[in-house]
Amino acid sequence: MIDTDLQFADGDWMGGGGPACDVVISSRVRLARNIAGYPFVAKASTQQRQEIVALVARCAPKWADGMVWVDLSAAPSLDRTLLVERRLISRNHAKGSKPRGVAFTRDESVSVMVNEEDHLRIQVLQPGLQLHETYERIDRVDDEVESEIDYSFSNRFGYLTACPTNVGTGIRVSVMLHLPALRLRGEIEKVRRAVKDMQLALRGFHGEGTEATGDFYQLSNQTTLGRSEREILGDFVDGVIPSVVEYEHRAREALLAKRRVFLEDQVFRAWGLLTSARLLDADETLQLLSLIRLGSCLGLIESVDPIAVRSLLLLTQPAHLQRIVGKRLDQAGRRIARAELVRERLAGNP
Amino acid sequence: MKCDRCDNEATVHEVNIIDGQKTEVHLCQECAQELGIVAKPTTNISELLTKMVTNPASAGRSSSAAAPVCESCGTTFARIRKTGLLGCSDCYRVFEQELNSLLERAHEGGTHHIGKIPRRAGGEIDQQYQILRLRKQLQEAISAEEYERAANLRDRLRTTENVEKDAPARQPRQAVESDPAEDDPA
Repeated sequence: MIDTDLQFADGDWMGGGGPACDVVISSRVRLARNIAGYPFVAKASTQQRQEIVALVARCAPKWADGMVWVDLSAAPSLDRTLLVERRLISRNHAKGSKPRGVAFTRDESVSVMVNEEDHLRIQVLQPGLQLHETYERIDRVDDEVESEIDYSFSNRFGYLTACPTNVGTGIRVSVMLHLPALRLRGEIEKVRRAVKDMQLALRGFHGEGTEATGDFYQLSNQTTLGRSEREILGDFVDGVIPSVVEYEHRAREALLAKRRVFLEDQVFRAWGLLTSARLLDADETLQLLSLIRLGSCLGLIESVDPIAVRSLLLLTQPAHLQRIVGKRLDQAGRRIARAELVRERLAGNP
Repeated sequence: MKCDRCDNEATVHEVNIIDGQKTEVHLCQECAQELGIVAKPTTNISELLTKMVTNPASAGRSSSAAAPVCESCGTTFARIRKTGLLGCSDCYRVFEQELNSLLERAHEGGTHHIGKIPRRAGGEIDQQYQILRLRKQLQEAISAEEYERAANLRDRLRTTENVEKDAPARQPRQAVESDPAEDDPA
């Protein structure tokens, strides 16, 4: 049997509607914070880490209208991977045995990683393009946390962080984008160059250090010192995001107008594979679901349930898959189970 | 002058004096980028940081035996170079000099915090405070004849002033007791 006690509500971040959700999957803001009087995590003793964990575990039920606490040093590895796949913790945070944990709200929109690279990494994740709302929310949570905890702060450097690339506001704004038409038209490189010029980073589906899979890209800021939170948000909201969304829309329109048969072929080939395959890799599945999502947004496959597609993006990832099946599976076993799950969830569609 | 590694014109010149021994390196932009002596214009931050911390010469300082140690956590700058991480809050004060050029490059010229301030440190985001702070920095940049930085600050000042104009009236907040800008190095 599988050793997980974690229960999740249905509401997940992945494409659950929201403004501009045909292109923007989610809006995320993260704040890096450290507690005054303690060395940063890498230099903290086990005792000090334990004190920080105890402090947050005690306060978390009061923050953001109530958060649950998961002690990661005691959590089974499958639970930790589930949390990674749900974007509640980073891959690094899932590793190691020293005292650490995560607090999150039941709807998973707010989370606080404890003893990752910094003492606290507060995150708010919401579907679609709603960066201002996401920032307002995290700003309030930050105030709540600060009412209990003294932050390390300097007048010159702002919020002090273990890595000097995060110092200042400690903010990381990330927007998850779905850009299949730009990829099909070979225009992703153009986007990559444009955002690089703006000192923004374009990363893959799984965040830092990963390649884009299934045409999902994360766009985030790099600089945190010398510009205010609102200026940094402004770069996204007033600048780069509307432009990228418009490019993707234009690319979709151009494909429909000039290469409709090619586009339909791509979408229905993906459909054929997903509804027939007996073995499916995680990345291949993501790539195929990406095309189904595009087909669904453009009305090419009208009878497909967008919610089924959205939930499959999450459920076909390794830990979620094993949780559904209810047993541990090796990679070969997961390929079989993944294909079965996809066929079952998409059954009854065209 | 030709590049030490190829036939291109050398545009990057580095002089290192280590233990009284002087060495000179002359490179073209491309070779200098390859060796990590100058950053590629589009280098990402973590790449830049890795280069800066693993290549002390490019940070404008050579390593020396008398490198400072943070008295609070025992971290040396060599350690920061290796891990890319500071040990504690005090490291920012102890290694301020070493960090200056790194921060400026990593944050596109950003040297001072602008943005939210914890309530306990004097209040929430205070646009008026930011405007005063930016004006002060602008004056400093002009006095130091750092015109590029001054232009940057002027643009930012305009943006902040516009935000202040457009912003809805805020709740009165706790006054800033002392001018934190006083802590700023001139």
